[in-house]
Amino acid sequence: MNDTADSTLKNTLPQRQFLSIAMENLLELIIRLSGISAIIFVLAIFFFVFREALPIFFSDHFDLAKFLFNTQWYPTSEVNVRYGTFALTFGSISVTFLAMIIAVPFGLGSAIFISEFCGPKMKESLKIIIELLAAIPSVVWGFIGLTVMSRIIVSLTGAPVGVNLLNGGLILALMSVPIIVSISEDALKAVPDSYREAALALGATKWQIIYRVLLPSAKNGLLAAVLLGIGRAVGETMAVLMATGHAVQIPHGPLDSVRTLTANIAAELGEASAGSDHYHVLFLTGILLFIITFAVNLTADLVIRGIRRK
Amino acid sequence: MTDPIDPVTRFTKTDFVVRKERIQSVSKILFSLMVISMIIPLLAIIAYLFYHALPSLSWEFLVEVPKKGMSEGGIWPAFVGTLYLVLISLAIAAPIGVFAAIYLNEYARDNWFNRIINLAVINLAGVPSIVHALFGLGAFVYAAQFGYSIISASLTLAIMTLPVIIASTREALASVPMTFREACWNVGATRWQTIRAIVLPNSISGILTGIILQVSRAAGETAPIMFTGAVFYKAVSRGDLFPYQLNEQCMALSMHLYTVATQVPNVKESLPYATAVVLLCSVLFVNAGAIALRVWLRNHKKW
Repeated sequence: MNDTADSTLKNTLPQRQFLSIAMENLLELIIRLSGISAIIFVLAIFFFVFREALPIFFSDHFDLAKFLFNTQWYPTSEVNVRYGTFALTFGSISVTFLAMIIAVPFGLGSAIFISEFCGPKMKESLKIIIELLAAIPSVVWGFIGLTVMSRIIVSLTGAPVGVNLLNGGLILALMSVPIIVSISEDALKAVPDSYREAALALGATKWQIIYRVLLPSAKNGLLAAVLLGIGRAVGETMAVLMATGHAVQIPHGPLDSVRTLTANIAAELGEASAGSDHYHVLFLTGILLFIITFAVNLTADLVIRGIRRK
Repeated sequence: MTDPIDPVTRFTKTDFVVRKERIQSVSKILFSLMVISMIIPLLAIIAYLFYHALPSLSWEFLVEVPKKGMSEGGIWPAFVGTLYLVLISLAIAAPIGVFAAIYLNEYARDNWFNRIINLAVINLAGVPSIVHALFGLGAFVYAAQFGYSIISASLTLAIMTLPVIIASTREALASVPMTFREACWNVGATRWQTIRAIVLPNSISGILTGIILQVSRAAGETAPIMFTGAVFYKAVSRGDLFPYQLNEQCMALSMHLYTVATQVPNVKESLPYATAVVLLCSVLFVNAGAIALRVWLRNHKKW
């Protein structure tokens, strides 16, 4: 490798022209510009979504407190238009919560198994399977929810419709398990081997090592894994759109249909005419989502950063 | 704890040891059951999809156009549309992403500004896909006046894939040992010369793997293209490789699956299954390729 470097340098260095120096400066400028592109895009997303949402604040039918805490979502009502997103927010929260109840134990358990119990070959292949699972598109998950999962739910529980909160929770759980597994596996790997060896030397079994040593010392990383799983579940659109049914309501049990913030935007954006109140309020819902996921991701990042510093 | 290495008691287990070993084996079984219960149902589900898709799956299905209001026929326009969207979005996202990663890994110092960039990358990766859709609609379709078109949809997808390309490229760049760069600087090379002659050639395969993995992600996304450029139906001739203009709307495989699964009445039963299987297989095929490349590279690492 160093040979090629030497030869290129021998050819270019002594006869560097003004042009090549200028080209290099130009390239470095492009690199620097690309470097800040991420900031530009995050700001642009906020700016453009907010710009489309802004007119709603000057509408007569809109009240921010009602928007956040009212459960009445009747955006197309002729007589009494109401934009209350609380039922949608609650839908998002309940689906995510249900998904996490299932995904967190299974995700952490699988991560522990992959990291501590299995041999290198098996570890490698399980990690590949997990990675492939993470690649399944969300619309395919939605389709699985719509067909396979809803049939299973109807036949097991006798619910009138198979697309409901439980279905959405199960699908989201399956979707967020891979991310939880891979990040918690990283967190467990980051625990120094000397900890394990010290515990082993005291006569601890694998389980005792996991319970007494690994879980306490990797707890921040595991927390971050769970938070990123939550972030993914809250932001997921197509799967919940297809799997949770379409009723805007506060669910009373896992077999009720719900609608989430994301699914609501996806379902109604096509019908809302550009420039209408309905259209603007959907963008405001987008801002709400953006803020929620921003907070979750920021917390996860701070937690991970906390580990690195330690 | 038990007495350590006393020759007599060495092989007789005390109650305590018996108990802790029992817990140990129970926990091992429990954890392996967790892994199994995660993987087996999924394999079963995928097998179920395949089983129901079988009557429709054929080469004809891939190259044929949808017929009878999309309730029969094939998926060619959607398949080509997805190819268009993926290729154009990656052609936009890959250079920006790679340059951004070069900046973050090779140029940036550890100061507050670059910490904000890192934070932005992480948050961009966490933005929900439907918010990307809103952004694409507001910024590209209306503000930039691209209209509902392939170019709007591709730009939206590009911004969505960008943070992950940045992260994977950074990882590839960071795996090039620092000594390589130092040796190069020592013979008088500038920063960019070092990057071009040393860093990029040594990490190009890792960078490519990261980009290939984004092919499948871009192909599978539905929400961001739904409101920016994908359309329910577009008339295209059978097997036509270049049916779309950049300023037109196009069909896409993921969108098509959503449509035939939820919107179209009287669809032939196996058709949505077959669409799902084609989408799933193309995504998994591309991903498996990228993973195979990565494993091969790891085994052939030069340092």
